[in-house]
Amino acid sequence: MPLLKDGRIVEDHWQFIGDDDDIPVQGDIVVSFERLKNSIEILVMRKGYLGVRLDNDADAHDLAPYINNLALIALEFPAFTDGRAYSQARLITTQLNFTGELRATGNVLADQGVFMSRCGFDAFEIDEHQPPHLWLSLANAMSLAYQKGYRARAGFSPRAVVASRVG
Amino acid sequence: MYRYDEFDATFVRQRVAQFREQVARRLEGGLSEDEFKPLRLMNGLYLQLHAYMLRVAIPYGTLSSRQMHKLADISVKYDKGYGHFTTRQNIQFNWPELKDVPDLLDELADVEMHAIQTSGNCIRNVTADHFAGVAVGEVEDPRPVAELIRQWSSLHPEFTFLPRKFKIAVIGTREDRAVMKSHDIGLRIVRNDGGDTGYEVHVGGGLGRTPMVSRLIRAFLPRPDLLNYLEAIIRVYNLIGRRDNKYKARIKILLHETGKQEVTRLVEKEFDQLKKQNDAVSPAEYERIAAYFQDPAYEDTDFNLDAFDEKRKQHPQFNLWLNSSLSEHRQRGYSIVTVSLKPIGGIPGDASAEQMHGVATCAEKFSLSEIRVSHEQNLVLPFVKKQDLFELWQGLKKLDLATPNVGLASDIIACPGMDYCALATARSIPIAQDISNRFADLERQHDVGELKIKISGCINACGHHHVANIGILGLEKKGVEFYQITMGGEAGENTAIGTVIGRGFSGTEVIDAVETLVDTYVELRQENETFASTYSRLGVTPFKEALYATA
Amino acid sequence: MQILTANRLVDGDVVFLTGNYDWSIEINDASIARDQTEACRLEDIGTKADKSAHVVGCYLVDVVIVEGRIEATHYREIMRTKGPTVRGDLGKQANVYGSGGLRSGQSPLAAQNHHEVQQEFAHVSL
Ligand code: SF4
Repeated sequence: MPLLKDGRIVEDHWQFIGDDDDIPVQGDIVVSFERLKNSIEILVMRKGYLGVRLDNDADAHDLAPYINNLALIALEFPAFTDGRAYSQARLITTQLNFTGELRATGNVLADQGVFMSRCGFDAFEIDEHQPPHLWLSLANAMSLAYQKGYRARAGFSPRAVVASRVG
Repeated sequence: MYRYDEFDATFVRQRVAQFREQVARRLEGGLSEDEFKPLRLMNGLYLQLHAYMLRVAIPYGTLSSRQMHKLADISVKYDKGYGHFTTRQNIQFNWPELKDVPDLLDELADVEMHAIQTSGNCIRNVTADHFAGVAVGEVEDPRPVAELIRQWSSLHPEFTFLPRKFKIAVIGTREDRAVMKSHDIGLRIVRNDGGDTGYEVHVGGGLGRTPMVSRLIRAFLPRPDLLNYLEAIIRVYNLIGRRDNKYKARIKILLHETGKQEVTRLVEKEFDQLKKQNDAVSPAEYERIAAYFQDPAYEDTDFNLDAFDEKRKQHPQFNLWLNSSLSEHRQRGYSIVTVSLKPIGGIPGDASAEQMHGVATCAEKFSLSEIRVSHEQNLVLPFVKKQDLFELWQGLKKLDLATPNVGLASDIIACPGMDYCALATARSIPIAQDISNRFADLERQHDVGELKIKISGCINACGHHHVANIGILGLEKKGVEFYQITMGGEAGENTAIGTVIGRGFSGTEVIDAVETLVDTYVELRQENETFASTYSRLGVTPFKEALYATA
Repeated sequence: MQILTANRLVDGDVVFLTGNYDWSIEINDASIARDQTEACRLEDIGTKADKSAHVVGCYLVDVVIVEGRIEATHYREIMRTKGPTVRGDLGKQANVYGSGGLRSGQSPLAAQNHHEVQQEFAHVSL
């Protein structure tokens, strides 16, 4: 899956580690929340950045004790119509004050890019059939939004949401 | 009424342009139907039995004459010359072509209208009391806050893919004309002892397969906290509402399964967080919106009661119409007039282009160019001077819009049913038409008095049959349509869900059945008793006996 | 016996798969599956067609032949081939029944059994 970040495709240096896989000695890794909880002592000792993938029915507040150890949080859209990860993203960025990479995975479509960005996502595992220019042109389609508190994360779209006013 | 400023206007235009691009991508094959469907639904576009259907929002049920003229023009240019007013203050066009819809939406934008979020699992068109701003005893006009919520919920980034659709209604009076308690969130404007304005917050109402009356979770929410509180409710719902079963995904099920107390606790907890983090509703923004809804300059009218009474005597039809169509206005010398979209034997809620133009013109002459749309599928002229009533009546009569049946047996709510709707299990319109024809004698209807008959063509209950005196649900059995009767439902402040009274009926039998129920009431009623009060005094038994006795 | 039906993407009109693998708005042009194998074949075509930018929501419909003409058996499908029973002037039936419509002079629920009316739709190949 191409990784879209800052408006372009970037190389993905993160390795997603399954629960039964060995933890590599170095490199940046993403583990499940279960593993994060169970092996946090080991995980924080190793070289390389740490990330977690959180199921979309998990309570994002449970990440609070670990938030300072994390450089990436991956949330999932099992289907693009399943919008739980929007709220998770919002909690993670506004209540846990997470500022690392917040990645959208799963059924991640360009037409929802602006919504994701405004909820706090800044990295997107995109479908090959939807190139970055489509993402950007869709993001530029709307320059206005009503919800003041939901600002697109920097770098996603030059025009998206320059103005807002309620809520 | 509210007027778009540049921000609103640009927002809607950009949304149309965005949809135009999405339609183009779909037609070229760049989007699959699975991907496109939620996008078109977000713009109110359904694919129905025979064609596409576009549902246009009439926010809080308020329309200007100019907008009504435009709807009429659109129905001619892009549809087949008529529109259907629904139970949620929307109008539906039944035949637009996909390729034309972006142009249609652009024309709507010309008159500050749109179809945003009239479908899909998002926050739907916000509805309100159709007597807003003119109702007697109103704490405050509910439309400014409905408009605020409309703006706040438009393309809300977090709440666009909820477990299921989400409906909000606002009222400002004790009487509930907006079926507020059948909404996911119902707000009633109240004033506390300190004189501050705030809201009662009712959550978890809904009709459909599992009808429920909403529960009060907050008796007084101060105005500045409104949007934060809504955000908290909907966030909790988005995160823990069920998604495994479409029929269990509404917030009413969450309330039912998780319990009111626990849901309230979660909402309050989230709300406490949000209060720290977000701004409150800015008084300036609220006032900016409210300024559009100020009272018009009412005139002191010199109403000649004697001449009026003379007209009533001369024209019994006019008299009959007055008896059913007028509601008390808060301003002396004025009346609220309900315009029946239920001609005898007609299709409930349908209006031809000619009728739409006609009503718009009547409103220009007699109602300060303003029209309301009620959830009962009628139109309302909110500012009619009493002295103009006769002339208005004559105008409406020419348009076949003066049937004196508002609130009576033939003022039937009916969803489109299988004649149009892809989800239907049976037809509803023909049943409404046949009942209406059975009670064609208007004197008889007036004698029977207030009666709410409501018909749905499937368990989704768009026709509100659960909250009717006589509710009818169309179902299918072994390849044939049949109809179940519900009694004891009520829509107003004492909203109650009716119960099925017995075995179902064929489409012909059900008409006789309704008549039997009405005759039973007429026989048993005491002086001044309505159908509903006779029913609550005697219960279902006499009605059941009358209906099933022969067996 | 079954036929394959869908709605046309561009305007939503009800269409039927013909023997030439195109779509017609006229039910009598439909290719009929007379056994399970043929029905499966139609269904496969439907699955593919659903991915196209041509039609939406393919599915099989039970039909019978009445006096040499194809008729759907379920009332829902009968309505799809005709139009709203409450507006005889609209939909496919409009060309046939005139402005009186299906309902004129008959009980609404008899409309669905209205087999004897001549159907004279123009064949439109898509
Ligand atoms: S109640 Fe059913 S048939 Fe009627 S409009 Fe709603 S979904 Fe369609």
